[in-house]
Amino acid sequence: MAVVFQKPKSLADVPLHYCPGCPHGIIHRLVAEAIDELGIEGKTIGVAPVGCAVMAYDYFTVDMIEAAHGRAPATATGIKRSRPENIVFTYQGDGDLASIGMAETVHAAARNENITIIFVNNAIYGMTGGQMAPTSLPGQVTQTSPYGRDVNHCGWPIKVSEMLATLEGPEYITRVAVNNVKNVLAAKKAIKKAFQNQIEGKGFSLVEVVSACPTNWGMTPQQALKWVETDMLPYYPTGVYKDRTAAKEAQE
Amino acid sequence: MAQKVLMKGNEAIAEAAIRAGCRHYFGYPITPQTEIAAYMAKKMPKIGGVFLQAESEIASINMVYGAAAAGVRVMTSSSSPGISLKSEGLSYIAGSDVPALVVNVQRGGPGLGGIQPSQSDYFQATKGGGHGDYRMIVLAPASVQEMASLTMKGFDLADKYLMTSMILADGTIGQMMEPISFEDAEVNTYEKPWALTGTNCQRKHNVVNSLYLKADELEAKNIERYERYAIVEENEPMWEEYMMEDAEYCVVAYGIASRVAKNAVVAARAEGIKVGLIRPITLWPFPKKALLAAADKVKSFVCVELSMGQMIEDVRLYTECKKPVSLCSRCGGMIPSPEEVLEAIRKAQKGEN
Repeated sequence: MAVVFQKPKSLADVPLHYCPGCPHGIIHRLVAEAIDELGIEGKTIGVAPVGCAVMAYDYFTVDMIEAAHGRAPATATGIKRSRPENIVFTYQGDGDLASIGMAETVHAAARNENITIIFVNNAIYGMTGGQMAPTSLPGQVTQTSPYGRDVNHCGWPIKVSEMLATLEGPEYITRVAVNNVKNVLAAKKAIKKAFQNQIEGKGFSLVEVVSACPTNWGMTPQQALKWVETDMLPYYPTGVYKDRTAAKEAQE
Repeated sequence: MAQKVLMKGNEAIAEAAIRAGCRHYFGYPITPQTEIAAYMAKKMPKIGGVFLQAESEIASINMVYGAAAAGVRVMTSSSSPGISLKSEGLSYIAGSDVPALVVNVQRGGPGLGGIQPSQSDYFQATKGGGHGDYRMIVLAPASVQEMASLTMKGFDLADKYLMTSMILADGTIGQMMEPISFEDAEVNTYEKPWALTGTNCQRKHNVVNSLYLKADELEAKNIERYERYAIVEENEPMWEEYMMEDAEYCVVAYGIASRVAKNAVVAARAEGIKVGLIRPITLWPFPKKALLAAADKVKSFVCVELSMGQMIEDVRLYTECKKPVSLCSRCGGMIPSPEEVLEAIRKAQKGEN
């Protein structure tokens, strides 16, 4: 009988520690599928963040390193510059990438560092128990914004993809979501392209994945996916924010 | 005889690193060590190496972390305030047991301090700086020649013991020029089966990591690391003894301070004071045995350093407080004159310390 569906080789056969209803499992799978389909599992090196995905080094079967909080793009730069023939990706959350690691993110993008970044935006610090993130929405209630995020007090959430797309440097910046099947399929395509770009030497490719955190949002998984649609995506619209190659081809 | 070349201390470090097989340098500008970066920026592209100016000291040390994990010889250099920023990465590198070379051409502190030479990062280098239980091999050059030779040795020790070697220099040695030779350049290579190279679908994946959520695992990891450190402490202390054979007084100084102290020792000998010098070359591992042996034969110690008194704590500790230890120091970029050190030796002779 033909096998029509199986676990990707690049994903380890171990229980994930993520909460019930957490989309990290889906996103891990998409990354592993992309690696498998491109046939790069033997030469891929992954960089895990500090945050909920901190133990991603146990979940991917490729060589992995655990970076300091926010420093994954710098660590990935060190690896890629040492082993340009390898494929290097980081997997980071919003606190890691857009708060403490913003400088490392922006400068890796500006250098058009030939790496792939999977940026999971769920608008909250999950691992530490639900604090306000740089991407928490105006009015969003978190442990450290118990009366709702007051933008007059602590500023506005950062739209990372829009911001990075203003730079000359990066090759590919896109935002996807994983709240329904259609979006998951689009996310898969974007992630695969972000790896393909690196294989072709095109440079910095970042996929922002709008995700959910039912536990820390205080919702059921279904409610959380609904909230992605009603609240997250209007503020963080999906789409391709920069694609240098496509733009160049359109010009020609 | 090997050919001698006239070099600046900072450039000697850079050239020695290249000769030691280092092809990856990540840095961020700061006075007084920028010549290292400038030298690397010029040379690396021509020899197939990588020079990359990072956006910050934090980024540069994390690039070093990545490159070290990928199995290449890698270095960064900075000066005191920059080393504070790199300390996070130094802790991760220690916790992940990967080798790296880090240069600190010290300047006065704390805070932004000044840009003149200093030795006030002794505590930071030898006692930590970053968080957690860890050590770095700390090498203290006292000449441009040693800037080169200790850099080469530093890479070797880092690879051998899977830890950071720090060159703890100062602005004076960094900036001054002396003739040096690279005659004894010996480069060992080490197998790195733990390195991130890609599995090539041939082996289980390698993980470079400092996270151990189970307390017993983390404890075991730390104990295992300290067993390695104990071997370093046994095998690797380096020091120089000068006129110690019949010494009744002992000056202890490292780096540029030791050169001033040496002049003072000669001057004191001319006055008939039997004084010698012990110059630690490795600050960690500290040359404990040499100090303890000296404590059994001299009447007292004079510790000369460019700080408010940091190494003096180790001198007291490792001489087991058997004899008095006095401090002769300047800081903030000031350097004691040989006369000031001579006066401190005279006081020691009079028992005024």
